[in-house]
This record gives sequence, structure tokens and C-alpha cells, in this order.
Amino acid sequence: MEWTEYFAPLMRGAWVTIQLTVWSTIFGAILSFAAGIGKVSGNGFARWISVVYIEIFRGTSLLVQLFWLFFALPVAGQAIGVDLRMSPVVAGVLALSLNIGAYGAEVVRGAIQSVSHDQYEAARALNFTPRQALWRIALPQAIPEMMPTFGNLAVQNLKDTALVSLITLQDLAFRAEQLRNFTQDSTTIFTIVLFMYFGMALVLTAIMKLLERSVGRWKTARA
Amino acid sequence: MLFGYEWDTSAGPLVFAWSILPILLTGVLVTIQAAVLGFGIALVLGLVLAVLKAAPSRLISWPAHGVAEFVRDTPLLIQLFFLYYVLPEYGLLLPAFMTGALALGIQYSAYMAEVYRGGIEAVARGQREAARALNLSSARTFTHVVLPQAIPRIIPALGNYLVSIMKDVPILSVVTVMELLNVAKIIGDRTFNYIVPLSLVGLIYLIMTLIAAGGVRYLDKTLPKKGIALK
Repeated sequence: MEWTEYFAPLMRGAWVTIQLTVWSTIFGAILSFAAGIGKVSGNGFARWISVVYIEIFRGTSLLVQLFWLFFALPVAGQAIGVDLRMSPVVAGVLALSLNIGAYGAEVVRGAIQSVSHDQYEAARALNFTPRQALWRIALPQAIPEMMPTFGNLAVQNLKDTALVSLITLQDLAFRAEQLRNFTQDSTTIFTIVLFMYFGMALVLTAIMKLLERSVGRWKTARA
Repeated sequence: MLFGYEWDTSAGPLVFAWSILPILLTGVLVTIQAAVLGFGIALVLGLVLAVLKAAPSRLISWPAHGVAEFVRDTPLLIQLFFLYYVLPEYGLLLPAFMTGALALGIQYSAYMAEVYRGGIEAVARGQREAARALNLSSARTFTHVVLPQAIPRIIPALGNYLVSIMKDVPILSVVTVMELLNVAKIIGDRTFNYIVPLSLVGLIYLIMTLIAAGGVRYLDKTLPKKGIALK
């Protein structure tokens, strides 16, 4: 097998990796906002749920979470008579989203809390409801602050997708290992794969920078 | 049976959990050893990388930046596979545990280089000028003036990376290192009960990270007050 022939299977794997990254980054962002806002909300129950979620998923290893969802949860489901078996894709996206969401939640919380207190007082003086103050005053100022860290988390997430190969999902890392078993040509294969991940990370960083610039406009309203 | 310890699946999950605890604790020991060794390697490599990145010559600093970026943007799992399969082809046969610790150290050196850079830049310029006025060589200035002031300040940030490394140790299970998760997975494979061992691993991780985070917070509170203030 010529080394140029490696690209077809690796590209198929890379496409899976890209899809995984996109979906888990999107779901992770939703979870970040849900838990980040939940942690600063006035509702005690929402606060409690958010703190527990964040602590559990930040405090344990991603691989442990992935194995737990994939191997342990179906057994737990069986015990109570519910079918909780998941395909590797679902378990993979779920674990990645939950993990990156917990890290993102702390970023969202920090950014919301960094919005100056005067802004909230001004909003109250103008008779905004707390919800309006959050969505129309705090978040438009907080989101540009979150973007640089979100960029780092997105790259972190891309790197983390490699772990789903361990629950038999056929991403780039899985294809690489498969090819290595077949050809024994470790050096070439893993060099190519490292550069493929690096390329994807550079593209992802560029996209996040564009996003950062486009939400950066929201900040200029503040004189 | 694993490592000479028996487990007991006859009487409920709690008895089972209790019976596998000694086995899991051997895994914890390996996890901590790998994390500490990886952390040590990252401490050294990170400092080297930080110094190279700050080198006056672009011939040195640009490649250093490139290497750091490359290491930071590629998955630990692939770097681990690379070291595990490629190093032996060039005659460097390391045990799986050492390869794993090396991979952890290399990955995190790229992150730690940034921490070092921040700490070094925080040491005021005046200090360096004063050292030069006192006729200290630039190497001596770095080791005796800049670093002793920079390091206490960055210890909490470095500590956070130790926690991160600990959470990445389970990845070493793919090259047969018998760390905590791998041990739990084997128990699960043999008893067909994944819930108890894997949940215990989660719980043990929570306890370890809580203790480590508490330690970092303690250092954060006490350290900067000692030594020379960075002003």
C-alpha cells in the first residue's frame, strides 16, 4: 500500500471527526449557557443543578464519562427496565458536549459576573425585568468577553474527539489505528494524522476568530 | 481476581464495591505516579520551551513557537500512539508507563510554557536592568533574579495543570498502562458489571480533584505573600 493511498480512509475518518466536533461544540455551547446562567440565577434549584452538573463533569475525566455513558448506563437502564443502550455516535456526542459544556459554563458565569453592577442598576432603573436585563443588557456585553476562551475550548473539543475512537466510533484516530494495524507503517500514518488534526485546529481557530470579530461589534455600544 | 485480590459479586452492589476497592486503589497509585511524572517532565520541558520562545534570535524563537502550537493543537491520544509505535522503530524502547508519562509531559509542556512566559514577563523590567547594572551575566540574571520571583507566582497556575494531567491519565490505558480506569474496565469486562467499578472511578476522581483543587486554592492564598513582591 502506497502512502498516497492512506488519504482516502483518513479523509473518511476526518469527516467523522469534523461532524463530531461541530455537533458537540454546538450542544456544548447550549449547555454552557444553560448551566452558566443557571449558576447565577435567583432560582435555588437551577443553581443547585448547575453546580452539581459543572462539578461532576469538570471533576472527572472525559474518558471516564465516555465509558460510563457507553458501558455502564445501559446496564443501569436494564436494571430499571429502560433501554438506555446508545450507539457510539450518540454516546460520543453526549459525552463530549456534557464535558465541554461544563468547562464553558464556568466561562459564561465569569463573563456574566464581570458585567459591571451599574449596568444592572441602570436596567432596573429603566424598569427592565431581570430576564430583559440578562438578555438585552448583560449577555450582549458578556458574550464578546467569552469568545477568546470559547475558541480555546473549541480546539480542546476537537482534540477530545479522538477519544471516541475508543468506543469504536470510526473517526480519524480510529482510521489511523486501523491503517497501522494493516500496514505497520506507524511513522507515516501518525505524522499525516498529526498534521491533519493540526490543520483542522488552525481552521477551527480561524472560524472562532471570525465569530469573535462579528460579536465584537456588540461591545462598541458601550461608550 | 486481579492482582491477587478477589471480588465478591454475590451480595449486592455495595459489597461488590467494597471488595474491588483495594484493586482500584492500586490503579489510583499508578494514576498518581503517571500524573506526577508527566507533570515533572512538563515542568522542565515547559521551561525550556518558554526560554526558547523568548530567545532574541528569530531563528530559535519562531520554530519554538511553531512546535508549541503544533503540540497544543494535536490530540494527546495521537501523540501517545506516535511515541508508542514510532520510538521503538528508532531503537528507543520505553515501557508503556514511561511512554505515557512522556506523552503527558510533552503535551502539557506547551501549556506550561505559556504560564512560565506570563510569570517571567510579570517580573518588572527594572529588576533586569538593576541586575545588569550589578554586572550579572544574563544567564545568572535569569536563574537568580527572574526565576526565583516568577516561580512562586505561577505555582497555583501550574498546580491547575497537575489536576488536568491527572484527568488525562486514563488515556494511557490504550497503551496498556494499568491506571485507575483501565483496572475498572477490566473488572467490568470480567464481572459484566460496569456500573459499580466505573461509578467508583468517577467518585474517586471527584475526590482527587476536589482535594487537588483545595490544595491549589491554599497555595494561591499563601504563596504570593512570601518572598519579594512583584512590583
